[in-house]
Amino acid sequence: MTVLTATHSATLRIPRAINWNRLEDDKDLEIWNRLTANFWLPEKIPLSNDIQSWGTLHPDEQLLTIRVFTGLTLLDTIQNTIGAPALMADALTPHEEAVLTNIAFMEAVHARSYSSVFSTLCQMSDVDDAFRWSEENEHLQAKSRLILDEYDAGSSPLKRKIASVFLESFLFYSGFYLPMHWSSRAKLTNTADLIRLIIRDEAVHGYYIGYKFQRMCERLNPDEYNRTKDFAFSLMFDLYDIESKYTQSLYDCVGLSEDVKHFLHYNANKALMNLGFEALFPESVCQVNPAIMAALSPNADENHDFFSGSGSSYVIGKTVATEDEDWDF
Amino acid sequence: MGTLVYFSSASGNTHRFIERLGAPAHRIASKRSEPTPLVKEPYILVLPTYSDGYGRGAVAKQVIGFLNDAQQRELIRGVIASGNRNFGRYFAYAGDVVSQKCNVPLLYRFELAGTATDISRVENGIKNFWKWNS
Repeated sequence: MTVLTATHSATLRIPRAINWNRLEDDKDLEIWNRLTANFWLPEKIPLSNDIQSWGTLHPDEQLLTIRVFTGLTLLDTIQNTIGAPALMADALTPHEEAVLTNIAFMEAVHARSYSSVFSTLCQMSDVDDAFRWSEENEHLQAKSRLILDEYDAGSSPLKRKIASVFLESFLFYSGFYLPMHWSSRAKLTNTADLIRLIIRDEAVHGYYIGYKFQRMCERLNPDEYNRTKDFAFSLMFDLYDIESKYTQSLYDCVGLSEDVKHFLHYNANKALMNLGFEALFPESVCQVNPAIMAALSPNADENHDFFSGSGSSYVIGKTVATEDEDWDF
Repeated sequence: MGTLVYFSSASGNTHRFIERLGAPAHRIASKRSEPTPLVKEPYILVLPTYSDGYGRGAVAKQVIGFLNDAQQRELIRGVIASGNRNFGRYFAYAGDVVSQKCNVPLLYRFELAGTATDISRVENGIKNFWKWNS
């Protein structure tokens, strides 16, 4: 009965019971509340309403969509089973560990969601082919390898966080582009609604892990900080190189590669901002197609640049008494 | 010529935006135990958005505390809000909330710490704004 024989003698440390009424970092509770309020499951999206729309896609477009979603599934699987758990060991507070368990679980929900899309819209044999494709695609494997090397125990807490933010805030976007593109053409709109929930979650994950990275950086001397920053930009260059090839291999056939790359640059800059760094790509190469931006945030194209109007007059209303409760919406 | 009042949590995005803007600004304290600036001239409020997926809790408690002081609230002339477009229709939603509550225009929205274009638009925008609204 070897299964009952102890294989190592190391003793697990008994953790302190977590007390959410004594916080070391208010951000932990703030993010816990935001993530739990945002909880969702794919069953709440009526994906079957997209069946007719799916039928209007050209076979090449269907193949592209299945492959893109399979690639996203792989990234979510990595984050669910390896990425978020690896970050737990580096947590600065017990509450951070608890938040990371939420992040890990939601990544499982995301990965599971793509299978819901597949089972609703696709032939299982096509999906099986795509999963095989994902195991053999050199670019997908290469970017996974770069990230996993930093999640490895031999890496460092700071590098793990950098890799994690790049996965959450940059690597997903070559995939997220496509459902936003279909949505802008009034196709697969329910699937796009599901993807928007994932996009929203990833924003909070990238923000939170980036925030924890910045807190850790406060302990570094300037030399250590600069070396960490050099590492981050160097990893971004390497990942971008792969993403660029991955994008071309997928999107050249539909003529969208250049459009996707603007979206990649824009999101790479946001990933760097989550880590507290400045933008890398100049704005001239971050001109995301307005249709994609509108699909991402429906009110984004409304003109809220009051400054560019005449701005010459408006009426200031009388101020009314307010209480904290008035703002609770 | 008015001033800027801003809030930024420890993630520091709004703080970095204000730093790059280079205009005089008062920071609303993160902790209630810290002193809140007493502003005595008209100002534009710059604030990040913290809403969940349904727009709830968009305005930070510290900002609410600041605006609940009637004297301070009377001096607000406009609002600039930041956020993340990943939040869809609730992108920079704190700006909408403050704009409606205080009846002042939402002047501009930007993402995270803002881009160079955001900085230059806001820099020029506030100069012109105060010419008309001092």
